[in-house]
Amino acid sequence: MIRAINLTKSFGNRRILRGLSLTLEAGEIVALAGVNGAGKTTLLRVLADLLRPELGVIHYGQFTSRSQPLAYRRSIGVVLHAPMLYGNLTGRENLRFFSRLYRVANHEERVRQVLDLVDLRARADELVRTYSRGMQQRLAIARALLHDPALLLMDEPFTGLDQRSTAVLISLMRQSAADGKMVLLATHDLENAASISTRIDILHGGKIAWSQPAAGLKPGKLMTTYSEITRQTDVSRLDGGAA
Amino acid sequence: MKPFIGAVFAIFWKDLLAEKRTREILGTMLVFALTVILIFVFSFDLSVEMRRKAAAGVIWVTLCFAGSISLNRTMGLEKDREGFDSLLLAPVDRTAIYFGKALVNWLYLLITAAIVVPVYSLFNNTSLFSWGVLGVILLGTLGYILTGTLLSSLAIQLRARDMLLPVLLFPVVIPLLLAAVRASTILLQGGSTTELGTWLLMLAGYDLLFSAVGVLLFDKIIEE
Repeated sequence: MIRAINLTKSFGNRRILRGLSLTLEAGEIVALAGVNGAGKTTLLRVLADLLRPELGVIHYGQFTSRSQPLAYRRSIGVVLHAPMLYGNLTGRENLRFFSRLYRVANHEERVRQVLDLVDLRARADELVRTYSRGMQQRLAIARALLHDPALLLMDEPFTGLDQRSTAVLISLMRQSAADGKMVLLATHDLENAASISTRIDILHGGKIAWSQPAAGLKPGKLMTTYSEITRQTDVSRLDGGAA
Repeated sequence: MKPFIGAVFAIFWKDLLAEKRTREILGTMLVFALTVILIFVFSFDLSVEMRRKAAAGVIWVTLCFAGSISLNRTMGLEKDREGFDSLLLAPVDRTAIYFGKALVNWLYLLITAAIVVPVYSLFNNTSLFSWGVLGVILLGTLGYILTGTLLSSLAIQLRARDMLLPVLLFPVVIPLLLAAVRASTILLQGGSTTELGTWLLMLAGYDLLFSAVGVLLFDKIIEE
């Protein structure tokens, strides 16, 4: 279980996260929705240990992201908006490099496995700069899965993916959840999110303003709720929301 | 310690592999360094003795400017392609990024020195090679790269990074360059061994100091 408590993060005078708290249980796929600038990427970067919050703490098992940063980072896999790959290396060389950084056991075998998972084996020995956006995204997903992380953080992971790749990614997420892993998915695509996630959280005003299990949630009701919440601009009105 | 060293060499090999394909950094450094050397050679009509006296200054100025190219590019390429985030996500002490980058920058600068010194010797009809000079080049370039890698990791966070690095770097490396030029001059022309010892000690001290500063500050510098 991952428990983030009272996360606060500002950029200059602009406060992006305002005492946000969030819990992810094993086996959960949580979709994080919110308007542009709501702080979804900031939250993911804080959870990925790429940004340090001014306040707050992230508990993972018996430790926090600050008390044992290496163990914490070992337990997360991250797909951000940029693919974070090296264009002058091949797909396989990229994965080999990251498997050395993550000290993946049996790394050649694991690299083959994740290449198969994202259906890139046939193009694995071509330079990444020759890949399409969708292929780079698939390779980024392979990189995130390489060390078999307990928590997957994904920022708009469907960007650039065709229907087949989207279906592969959804199946990977479901499999991860079935294996007891946690998935946090930032997205604008509420319909897709509702169909694959176990819970939907709406981030607004720097906090989780609304949080509901996805099961039984009707798409129409979800869209209405989303519109109502994101229309509110007075942050103080949101302070009583689920967090 | 083993994961740390593994990460340092993983970053080093990754950069070398990418450079082998593009020759983007080393190629630029060599063209720049050879141009500077040729300009110095053909600008002044000096006697062989004078050219030998000027050698240390010319070579260190050339290495210093050529080195700033690799310092800017190796870090800049990570930032441009968001590769830096992927390095920060890795479960290794982040100082490994500093030493991995420093190692690859040092190699580029040593390759540049290995070409620049014989070219200068050839055009000036004077031999500059000695084990002592080699030692000074190793110590001097190491200090320069340790300082430069640290400051380039600071500069890449800012918008005007290409312009900012020389502004930050050159004032800080003045003591190092003075020690390197003086030690090289004594080795090439003869001089007090006590004075040589002092300059060498200063070079070694500078290298140690900036290794320690890198270990202490790199994580803080790259955060956000």
